[in-house]
Amino acid sequence: MKTIIPLLKRFRENRLFWPLVALALILIVDAIFAPGFFKMGILEGHLYGNIVDVFNNSAPLMLVTLGMTLVIATGGVDLSVGAVIAISAAMGAVLINPALGNKLITNDILTKDATNTPLWLIVLATLAAGTLCGLWNGLLVSRARIQPMVATLILMVAGRGIAQLITNGQIMTIYYTPYFFFGNGFIFGLPVSIYIVAVVFLFAWFLVRKTSIGLFIESVGINAKATYYSGISEKNIKLFVYVFCGFCAAIAGLILSSYVHSADGNNNGLNYELDAILAVVIGGTLMSGGRFSLLASVVGALIIWTFTITMYTFGVPANALLAGRAVLVLLVILLYSDYSRRLLNRIFDLGRS
Amino acid sequence: MTTDDDFILTMKDISKTFPGVNALENVDFSLKRGEIHALVGENGAGKSTLIKVLTGVETPDSGSIELDGKLVQVRSPQQSQEIGISTVYQEVNLCTNISIAENIMLGHEPHHFGGIDWKKLNAFASQALKRLDVAVDVTQPLGNYSVAIQQMVAIARSLEITSAKILILDEPTSSLDVNEANRLFDVMQKLKGEGIGIVFITHFLDQVYQVSDRITVLRNGRLVGTYDTASLPRFELIAKMLGRSITDLDKVSKARFTKEQKGDKKRSLEAKGLGRSGSLEPFDMELFANEVVGIAGLLGSGRTEMANLTFGIETPDTGTLTLNDRKIQHFSPLESLKNGIALCPEDRKAEGVVGDLTIRENIILALQARFGWFKFMGTPKQYEIADKYIQLLGISTPSPDQLVKNLSGGNQQKVILARWLATDPQVLILDEPTRGIDVGAKAEIQKLVLDLAEEGKSCVFISSELEEVLRTSHRIIVMRDRKKAAEYSGDVDDHTIIQTMAGTL
Repeated sequence: MKTIIPLLKRFRENRLFWPLVALALILIVDAIFAPGFFKMGILEGHLYGNIVDVFNNSAPLMLVTLGMTLVIATGGVDLSVGAVIAISAAMGAVLINPALGNKLITNDILTKDATNTPLWLIVLATLAAGTLCGLWNGLLVSRARIQPMVATLILMVAGRGIAQLITNGQIMTIYYTPYFFFGNGFIFGLPVSIYIVAVVFLFAWFLVRKTSIGLFIESVGINAKATYYSGISEKNIKLFVYVFCGFCAAIAGLILSSYVHSADGNNNGLNYELDAILAVVIGGTLMSGGRFSLLASVVGALIIWTFTITMYTFGVPANALLAGRAVLVLLVILLYSDYSRRLLNRIFDLGRS
Repeated sequence: MTTDDDFILTMKDISKTFPGVNALENVDFSLKRGEIHALVGENGAGKSTLIKVLTGVETPDSGSIELDGKLVQVRSPQQSQEIGISTVYQEVNLCTNISIAENIMLGHEPHHFGGIDWKKLNAFASQALKRLDVAVDVTQPLGNYSVAIQQMVAIARSLEITSAKILILDEPTSSLDVNEANRLFDVMQKLKGEGIGIVFITHFLDQVYQVSDRITVLRNGRLVGTYDTASLPRFELIAKMLGRSITDLDKVSKARFTKEQKGDKKRSLEAKGLGRSGSLEPFDMELFANEVVGIAGLLGSGRTEMANLTFGIETPDTGTLTLNDRKIQHFSPLESLKNGIALCPEDRKAEGVVGDLTIRENIILALQARFGWFKFMGTPKQYEIADKYIQLLGISTPSPDQLVKNLSGGNQQKVILARWLATDPQVLILDEPTRGIDVGAKAEIQKLVLDLAEEGKSCVFISSELEEVLRTSHRIIVMRDRKKAAEYSGDVDDHTIIQTMAGTL
């Protein structure tokens, strides 16, 4: 018992503790009221079930959340990720379009399962478009010294317009099957999107924990001036996080457009910026910047989608979903307030003594 | 009960712990009716925490507070005002853009016909100030008056709105000149005559002896004792504040470090006409290896601007800076870091420490910045460096993983010093490295600077304390009005320097 208590205490002080508690609570509710929630099966060699859905659906959000975590850790915020998703999706769809470059366009050509652009170029261009958007945000924040919220608001508003310009104001349907691999494919029975998230997560984790970038990001978020005085280019750190955030949003755009087989400037990645911010907050990173945990943020994204799928399971109509989410946000904010933290800590301490 | 023991306030066994720090440990404090009670101690002694407990900003972990013989629990600043405890802080918390009368009566304005009764308001306000023997036009904006008057207005306000029994003055004289301070003391004497108990917190020991009746000394969160001012010689008071015997102290203050320069005089850094319009007029300086150059000058004389220009926080628009006979082209902290120039900045909190990072992370920050983004030194190496400097500089902490914000000012300063020493700089600029540090740690840092010079570094030592500059420097540059006023050798007498600083030489 004596060795367990300090272990428990250490776990409780870990950043992952509260997000995991929240996730467990939702799952317990599922276990009691919707036992079918955990049912899994194998269909045509693919794993299926609610849990798989949660992972598959939350993949784009998890990706955006990774970028958003770093941005928020520097004390900034990126409101444009939803719009950047739309821009990247539009970029992909336009390049796939087999009519690209043709003078004569017929319905036949438009709906053909083919493209004139090599797939690697499509992927590269999609990622480049999002990364470029991130670069724009980063330059506004770090060089022009515009407040992050205002700077990224510009692209949030303008971005959807740009996406529609790219697709010429149309909702573009994609018919090219190889492209669907990113959003609908399976590898070893698991959705491809999960592998993509895993790779990007490992890449991000490596960047922030195995190089000095993570330390510099936290340092900038806590005290930018002292960081600058220590010889760290806080400008470049800020530039980097926005570029990375744009890159993550671009991958999310790729998966999303592949998943829904279309690019829609108005609806691709709608409200993703708010969900991503919420996920980061659930993950315990302060909006004012500083210490962060990528894993806790990813758990935050999982919580949001577990909650959403749970609501679907209970048969909550789609138009009431937002109200349900509002309740989730409220609960999280209350749980994280200083007051309830103190209260809970006291309860824990009482339980110990 | 005799009038001699007529206690208006008794605080008993007050304890307060912050993470990693015992801010207060079983401290007793009592205040008599009609007394001026000085609360003294070095930074980090617990004075401000004690005041925060009394004014309800912090809740004590244990202990009791009795006001007028009744047990009270102070839960908030508002409540403390309601029960008659008024506080005037160092920085005046008033609005300079509205009139004196409005400032005094804000939130308590007399009304008639649903509006504010301005006549009555102004009359009340001037009456309140008359009580303090201050005659000013109360309809004028507060900003038109000096800090001293603003201070009086703050006192008038706190007395007026609360009918205070206890008045706490937290460093009220730090921005006042001698005449203004004397005026404040007259007011304090007057209030004392009215039976108000006054807690007077100050760093100026002259003033403690000038006005106070009793003195309470705190050290490291513990009560050293409460004494009658008349029966406590000044030297003994200092010894109690520092926790040293008098003979010890005598030794420290008389000790002169050996200032003989060793090694050959090799020039490391040269500034020629270095300046920036609006912050520093063209400035010449030569630094040599094995040497400490002291910079003396008042606040605003340009000494910090000089340090910032040399380190590249700001880019100079005139002049040149050469390091080892190589002209520096780009000015930025990173460039300076790579060139081997280091700066311990003046404002420790805003420009120095990164509070929510650990000691280890703070120490390796600059070194890691020089290595760049991708040459990460890894945790074992970080601990090795952190442990080395924690030991070398005597940073008192249970672990290198302690957050820097939980350290005392002196230890924070050592962490910043460690951050730069870890980069092994050739030129080390220290801007007020001993501010807010107790005398023991001060002597340690002074000694360290001389040791570093002996190892071959060039040090620039900037300080407001003349005595300290004189003691540590081989050469002294005096600054006045944003330019270099004069340069002296290290054995100049303090009189000459003061006259240069004042511009009367």
